[in-house]
Amino acid sequence: MIEFGLVLGIPFLAALLLAVCGHSRRAPEINALCSLLTLAGAALLTVRVIGQGPLVLFEDHFFVDPLNVFLIALTALVGFTTALFSRPYMRVEQEYGRVSPNRMRLYHSMFQMFMCTMLVALSTNNLGILWVAMEAATLTTVLLVALYRTPASLEAAWKYFILCGVGIAQALFGTILIYFAAERVLGSEGGALLWTQLDAVKSDLEPTVLSLAFVFLFVGYGTKTGLVPLHNWLPDAHAEGPTPISAVLSGLLLNVALYAIIRCKVLVDGALENSFASNLMMAFGLLTVVVPAFYLSRQKDIKRLFGYSSIEHMGLITFAFGMGGPVANMAGLLHMTVHSLTKSAIFFAVGHAAQMAHTQVIDDIKGLLKVSPTVGWGLMLGALAILGMPPFGVFTSEFLILTTAIKHYPWATPVLLAALGVAFAAIFGKVQAMVFGRPVIKPLPYDPAPFPVFLHLGLVLMLGLWVPPYLAEWYRQAAKFIG
Amino acid sequence: MIRSILGVLPEAGQIINLCAAIMLLLGFSMLAQRRILTLINLFLLQGIVLFVSILTVALSTGQNHLLWSAIITLALKVVALPWILHRLIRRLSVKWDVETLLNIPATMLVGIMLVIVAFNVATPISELSGTVLRSTIGIALACVLLSFLMMITRSKAVPQVIAFLAMENGLFFAATSATYGMPMVVELGIALDVMIGMVIFGVFFFQIRQQFDSLDIRQMERAREE
Repeated sequence: MIEFGLVLGIPFLAALLLAVCGHSRRAPEINALCSLLTLAGAALLTVRVIGQGPLVLFEDHFFVDPLNVFLIALTALVGFTTALFSRPYMRVEQEYGRVSPNRMRLYHSMFQMFMCTMLVALSTNNLGILWVAMEAATLTTVLLVALYRTPASLEAAWKYFILCGVGIAQALFGTILIYFAAERVLGSEGGALLWTQLDAVKSDLEPTVLSLAFVFLFVGYGTKTGLVPLHNWLPDAHAEGPTPISAVLSGLLLNVALYAIIRCKVLVDGALENSFASNLMMAFGLLTVVVPAFYLSRQKDIKRLFGYSSIEHMGLITFAFGMGGPVANMAGLLHMTVHSLTKSAIFFAVGHAAQMAHTQVIDDIKGLLKVSPTVGWGLMLGALAILGMPPFGVFTSEFLILTTAIKHYPWATPVLLAALGVAFAAIFGKVQAMVFGRPVIKPLPYDPAPFPVFLHLGLVLMLGLWVPPYLAEWYRQAAKFIG
Repeated sequence: MIRSILGVLPEAGQIINLCAAIMLLLGFSMLAQRRILTLINLFLLQGIVLFVSILTVALSTGQNHLLWSAIITLALKVVALPWILHRLIRRLSVKWDVETLLNIPATMLVGIMLVIVAFNVATPISELSGTVLRSTIGIALACVLLSFLMMITRSKAVPQVIAFLAMENGLFFAATSATYGMPMVVELGIALDVMIGMVIFGVFFFQIRQQFDSLDIRQMERAREE
């Protein structure tokens, strides 16, 4: 109870506090401290849920089970490291005169508010509140994407707003349909939107309505996950906002949207007793792996490049959950974790690289290794990790996904392998040219923060070599939950 | 469910059907409307129709939370949002703006197709929902899709936002006609999101115009290509 209050309360209060003093000199430290406290709360909550089983709070409106506690802990961790990274990053931005004190206040406050909405979305038991929190997360990030007020960033934010607004309206219609189906079973008083109650009666829900609801929910939350063909907003939003925001968008928000889809899939699978939801997820997952692979080589902007890479990985995870079964689900969860850690580490390195070069154009960034070994190695190792090189964790999860695909859906394997190969060629070539070569860039006025990058990469390396037993048990429980 | 409506307020079913018909009509007229000012007034009318239909359902079924939902609709969709929009277009001086690049006959034809699709999709749900409210779910979905179409066809920022808000209206109409409204806490949350979203839109309008000297989205896309 107290732990849970910490997890949701601290980001909210921090957002209010930083709305007042977010422009002060110590604001980045306050931001990091609040994120650390949230992380501590999440750690306590995790220990509690592992020890005592699922937790239901506030008249059933919130609940924490093995599936979401894992994502809550991940969200709090990446939130904390991003706050650490944003400390030197935003100082440099201020030095360059790209953000005014007022914008700093907006940035810090919205960063914490964004964390808060994501944690609410993850921990709520009410599908309606889940929708409200997802929409609120969109609104906060729209402000963050448009932080620099350049023409390109305004265009990106507008596109993001409109596309995700439309998408999420479809999700609301899906939620209404689920409520409609549930009301006939549970009655209008019995909390017909509460996931735990829906889960208990899922086999009695009307299959036709639920399958229609899933289509709408999948389109809606799929837009936020960045599934093709509704992925257009994602590269722009990643490229134009401040880099800490690209890191949390890619590492966290996409996961949260995917989590919403998984929750709905569990209900629909129970009601339908066929593989409709799985097939839909596999089809769109596969499409989402293949299409961005061919956009990668054409990218000139480094942040757009990794934005497309995030789309590809989201497709892979969607495909894994679509296949279902204990191994594929576990691989999906593991891939969510390692992608989130690796991609945010890459954005940390990319952010500093772009600051040194005063540009995000790949061709103009050269010789990172000579100017700043931490940033250079961070980017190189991060790129190798995200491309699925052993011994990093991404290799493990991709290996599990591919072997499951070979076993159950052999036709999909060559497609996946080809897409991953194309992505490797495109990204590795570009990153290599950035890291090595004759330097044309200058060092930064503030030291880049090496800790977040190497902490993330270290964790990904550990997950590739050895998954601690309690963590493995946790993955297994969560995978069983998804079914 | 339906019997209770007819018991308390005999004409309730008729009123809701009438409201649904007007909603659809308004959806089409918004699709075909070139003037921003008229568009806002149509949006206001849509809000009033939504308010009347929620009120009718609330009175005839005696569900108290629907009364609150009707009040929220009145305050937000009939008073607050149209007022903000009016103020915005006055301050942006786009009050007499006319959208010229709009092929109305073609848009209307696509709109009719969408209505047919919506009715087909809604058939399985309406069959479960009893007789009086049967057609309203199809109409609500049609309104959502029509607003969707409007969003795609418009190139100016303000009409796009009005389309977005009209879509929200269609969704609320769907929620009331299919399920007697969502739980209170959810409705409050949605209303809050819409309100904050509107404020952000408002700020954006000024920023966009400052940067591009126009509220035309195509200008922004051109800026990116260069």
